Amino acid sequence: MLKRDRNREAPEINGSSLADIAFLLLIFFLVVTTIDVDTGIGLVLPPIPDDIEPPPVRERNLMNILVNAQGMVLINEQPAAIAEVRQRVKDFVDNNGVDPNLSETPDDAIVSIKTDRRTPYNVYIDMLDEVMGAYEELRHQASMDRFGIPYSSLEDNSIQQDEIREMYPKRISIAEPDEG
Amino acid sequence: MSKFQKKTAKTKQGVPTSAMPDVVFMLLIFFMVTTVLREVELQVQIDYTLAENIEKIEQKRLVSYIYIGPERLGGGRLGETRVQIDDALIDDMGAIRNIMYDKLMEEPRLIVSLRVDRDSEFGIITDVQQELRHAGTLRINYSTRREI
Repeated sequence: MLKRDRNREAPEINGSSLADIAFLLLIFFLVVTTIDVDTGIGLVLPPIPDDIEPPPVRERNLMNILVNAQGMVLINEQPAAIAEVRQRVKDFVDNNGVDPNLSETPDDAIVSIKTDRRTPYNVYIDMLDEVMGAYEELRHQASMDRFGIPYSSLEDNSIQQDEIREMYPKRISIAEPDEG
Repeated sequence: MSKFQKKTAKTKQGVPTSAMPDVVFMLLIFFMVTTVLREVELQVQIDYTLAENIEKIEQKRLVSYIYIGPERLGGGRLGETRVQIDDALIDDMGAIRNIMYDKLMEEPRLIVSLRVDRDSEFGIITDVQQELRHAGTLRINYSTRREI
């Protein structure tokens, strides 16, 4: 009885190819998974106006940025370098009524962006990037002052984040395109 | 009797596994060939712009893409700037309105991601944006790569 047991091979499934299967799965998922995360600059387009006059905006609360066909940036009709845009937007938004030519409160400040039909897209994005950067810096500063943590570390949709957003709402307006 | 039993104990029990790698490789090649990596076949050339202050879109299923760039012709040549939604090039700009409106009805929180070639002119994007406004899909995103 004992002798017979010793002679019998232990029944087992050959596991040497398990590694192969694992590698197969690994390679399969490596190939299939797209690591490409969607990143970009988010924006909300204005709705089509329904014959209602838009509420009047005081001149000082409006910052006009025009990117023309030559890829030149004009802030309130004055040519400006793209690198300058960020500081200009920051000064404009965070003025709090100090300078009579700039916005009254960050809440009232509107950045209006206008383009031409022949505006190069990459210049437009560079400019938009700077405007977004200005808001990001302002929000970061406000968050550091209030909560002592960077804005990017705030939890999404938390009260703190909403509060900072309330302080510096992104009022970016895409101007109606010219006809023709 | 005992002699017969001894013989059975000596027979090899394992399944021959020398062909296993072949099977595995065959499967691997099968999946590599059949898997569609891209959801859509891009018919336009897109070179993304770079930007620093970008945000991630976490909910990918809310996103619908519009591709704008020079059309890919045969032999690596590029044609006119065209608009592509899903798998089709759009000939009539007015059609965008209906397409996007239908998409919005399916997914009210739709985000439209504009994947635009860096050398495009803004006019065509203005047209697309006007259509999007008519369709009511107001949340957009200019797709960019992170600037390093």
